[in-house]
Amino acid sequence: MATVFSQYAWLVPAFPLAAFAILTAFGRGWSRAGAWIATLASLASFALSLIIAIERIVSNAEDYVGGFDWLRAGAVNLTAGYEVTNLTALMLVVVTLVAFLVNLYSLGYMGEDERMTVFFSYVALFTSSMLGLVLADNLMILYVCWELVGVCSFLLIGFWYRKPEARAAAKKAFIVTRVGDLGLLIAILLLFWYMPDHALDFASLHNVFHTQSGIISTSITTLIALLIFVGAVGKSGQFPLHVWLPDAMEGPTPISALIHAATMVAAGVFLVVRTFDIFQASQAALDTVAIVGAFTALFAATIGLAQNDIKRVLAYSTVSQLGYMMLALGVGSTTAAMFHLFTHAFFKALLFLGAGSVIHAIHTQDIREMGGLGSRMKATAWTFGIGVLALSGIPPLSGFWSKDAILSAALEKSPWLFAVGVLTAFFTALYMARLFFLVFTGKARGDAATYARAKDAPWTMTIPLIVLAALAVVSGFVQTPMSGWLGSWLWSGEAKEHAEGVAIVASVAASLLGIYLGWLIYAKGTIRRDAVSSRLPWLVKLLERKYYIDELYELLFVRSLRGLGKALAVFDDVVVDGAVKLAGGAVAGLGRLNTRLQNGQVQTYGLVAVIATVVLVLAIAGRRFW
Amino acid sequence: MSMLASYLTLAAVLFCIGLYGVLTKRNAIIVLLSIELMLNAANLNLVAFSKYGVVPSLTGQVFSLFAMTLAAAEAAVGVAVLIALYRRRATVNVDEFDELRR
Repeated sequence: MATVFSQYAWLVPAFPLAAFAILTAFGRGWSRAGAWIATLASLASFALSLIIAIERIVSNAEDYVGGFDWLRAGAVNLTAGYEVTNLTALMLVVVTLVAFLVNLYSLGYMGEDERMTVFFSYVALFTSSMLGLVLADNLMILYVCWELVGVCSFLLIGFWYRKPEARAAAKKAFIVTRVGDLGLLIAILLLFWYMPDHALDFASLHNVFHTQSGIISTSITTLIALLIFVGAVGKSGQFPLHVWLPDAMEGPTPISALIHAATMVAAGVFLVVRTFDIFQASQAALDTVAIVGAFTALFAATIGLAQNDIKRVLAYSTVSQLGYMMLALGVGSTTAAMFHLFTHAFFKALLFLGAGSVIHAIHTQDIREMGGLGSRMKATAWTFGIGVLALSGIPPLSGFWSKDAILSAALEKSPWLFAVGVLTAFFTALYMARLFFLVFTGKARGDAATYARAKDAPWTMTIPLIVLAALAVVSGFVQTPMSGWLGSWLWSGEAKEHAEGVAIVASVAASLLGIYLGWLIYAKGTIRRDAVSSRLPWLVKLLERKYYIDELYELLFVRSLRGLGKALAVFDDVVVDGAVKLAGGAVAGLGRLNTRLQNGQVQTYGLVAVIATVVLVLAIAGRRFW
Repeated sequence: MSMLASYLTLAAVLFCIGLYGVLTKRNAIIVLLSIELMLNAANLNLVAFSKYGVVPSLTGQVFSLFAMTLAAAEAAVGVAVLIALYRRRATVNVDEFDELRR
C-alpha cells in the first residue's frame, strides 16, 4: 500500500536541526526558553516518527525512498536521500523517544548550568545527525551523519571542559572512534570501487550481495565486511576499541543516557544490520563479529563487577550489552540484535537517568559513599530497580525476551557462544545487583547531611524515568517466543521464530543466581564482601584496573605516537622553520650589505664602479680564451 | 709601435695613480689634483695616437688642447666649490660630505 507519512520523514531530523540553528543563532542569553524549544522540537520529531511507525504497522506500507542528486561527476552520480523502511521507522521511534525524554530530563538536570542553551543546541544537533544516520539511503550520507554524531559526542563529553578529565575523555573518545571511522571510510571507498555503477545505496548493496551474489569476490567481500565492522567496533565500544566508552561518562549524565547508552553506540549495531547482506556473503566476517561480540560481552561484564563509579558500572554494562547485540548479528540473527537494541535503549537510558537522579541528589558518583537511598528516593529506586531487573533478564521484563532471543540464536550456532552468553548474563545480574543493593539499600555510608537532603528530583526528571520504566517492562512483548511479531514486521515476514527451552531456563537461572548471589553479598551480608579480594587480590586488582588495557595502549600507542610527534616537532623547528628563517635571513643580510654600500661616500661608489668595470673588462677579455 | 706602447703605458700608470688618489685620499684638494692626473693621462693617449696611431693626424693634438683648456676651467669651478664648502663646513675632508645619504 502506498505510504502517506513516510514521504515526510525528512522532517524528523529537520525539527531538531532547526532547533539547533535557532539556538545557535539567537540562543545566547536564553536559558529556559531555549531548552524548551529544543525539547518541543524533539517532541515534534517523536510525534512524526510515531505516526510514521504506526502507519507502517497498521497498513504495512511499502518502503519509501526520497532524495535528490547531490554530486554529478562524469558517469558517477552521488545521491542524497532518505529511506523509510520498517527498520528505520523502528529506529526513528527509539531515537526520538529517548531524545525527547532526555531533553525533558535535562531541563531539570542541567537547570542550573549557565551554558544550558549550548547544551541543548548540541543535543539537538546530535539528535538531528543521529536521525539522519538512521534515515540515510546510502553509505555516503550515513558516513557524513556518522561523523556528525561523533563530533556531537565529542562536544558533549567535553561539555564541562573546565574539568581536565572531561577534556581528556572527549579527546580520547574522538580519537579512538576515529580509528574505527577510518575502517568504515576505507570500506565505503572499496565498495565505491567495486560496486557496479559505483552505487552506494542500500538497495543496490542488497541486490549485489544478496540477490545476485558473486559479482564481488569473496575475499573482497570479507575485507569490506571486516572494515565496516571495524567502524562498528569503534562506535559501539567493542573490544579492542571499547576504552573510550567508560571514560565518556565524564559528560553530563543525560548525555550518557542518550548518546552512550541508547542511540549513538547502537549506531554500530545498526550499521551492521543495515549492511547485513555483505556480512551474510562472508562466513569469516560473521564469525569475527560473533567472536568479538561474545568476547566483549564477557570481558566488559567482568570489569563491571569491580568498578566503584555508578556510571562506569553502567558504561561497562553498555559495552557488554552491545557485545550481546554483536553476538546476535554474528550468529545471523538480525531480529534478535535489533530487538535487544530496542529494549536495551529503554532500560539502559532508564538506568542512566536513574543514576543521574542519584548523582543530582547526593553529588557523588562513588557507590561506596551511597547506600540506603531507597527510602529517600522512592521513585528513583523503583524505576531503577525495574531497569536492573530488565537488564538482568528477569521474566517478563523486556530484557529477558531480547536476551533470550540472542541466546537461542547463539545456541543454534555454537554451544560455546551460548555458554559465554549465559556466563555474561550471570555476571550482568551480579553487578547490577551489587549496584542496586549498594546504592539503594543498607545504611548510608556517605555524608549524613547530604543524605538527609537527598530526595526525588523534580517532575521533569521523574516523568522520563517512569515512562522508560514502563517501556522497560512492556517493550519485550513485541517479540516473544510465542509470537515473532517484530521479526516478521522488520523483515516483511521472512523471519522465523525459534525458542530453545534450554536457553530460557539457562538464562533465567543464571540471572536469578547472579541476583541471589549479589543479594547474599551486598544486602544480607551472608557472604563476606572481601571473600574474593582477600583470597585473590590480584584478580580484583586486574578487574579494577580494567585488565590494564588503558595502560597497555598508553605504552603501545600513546607513548610511541607522542615520541613520533616530538620528533616531528623537532623536525619542524629545525628543518622547516630553519629553511624559512634561512630564506628570510639571507634576504635581510643582503639588504644590510647593500645599506652599507649606500653610505653617501662618493669614493665608495667610485670604487664599486671601478671594480665592476674591471670585472666586466676581464669577463669580456676572458671570453677570447675560451 | 714600441713608442706608442711606452706612451700608452705611461698614460695608464698616470691614470691608475689618479684613480688611486681619487678613491683613497681624504683631502678634497688632493682628490681634485688626482682627477687632473687622470684627465691628463687621457690627453697623453690622444696625443700619442695622433702621432703614432693607424691614421696619424693633428686632430688629436688639437682635441687635447681643447681638453686641457676645459680642464682648467673645470678645475677653477671645482676649487671654487671647494672654497664655498670650506666656508660652510670648515673642512675639506671628503668623508664628511655625505649629504647624499641623508
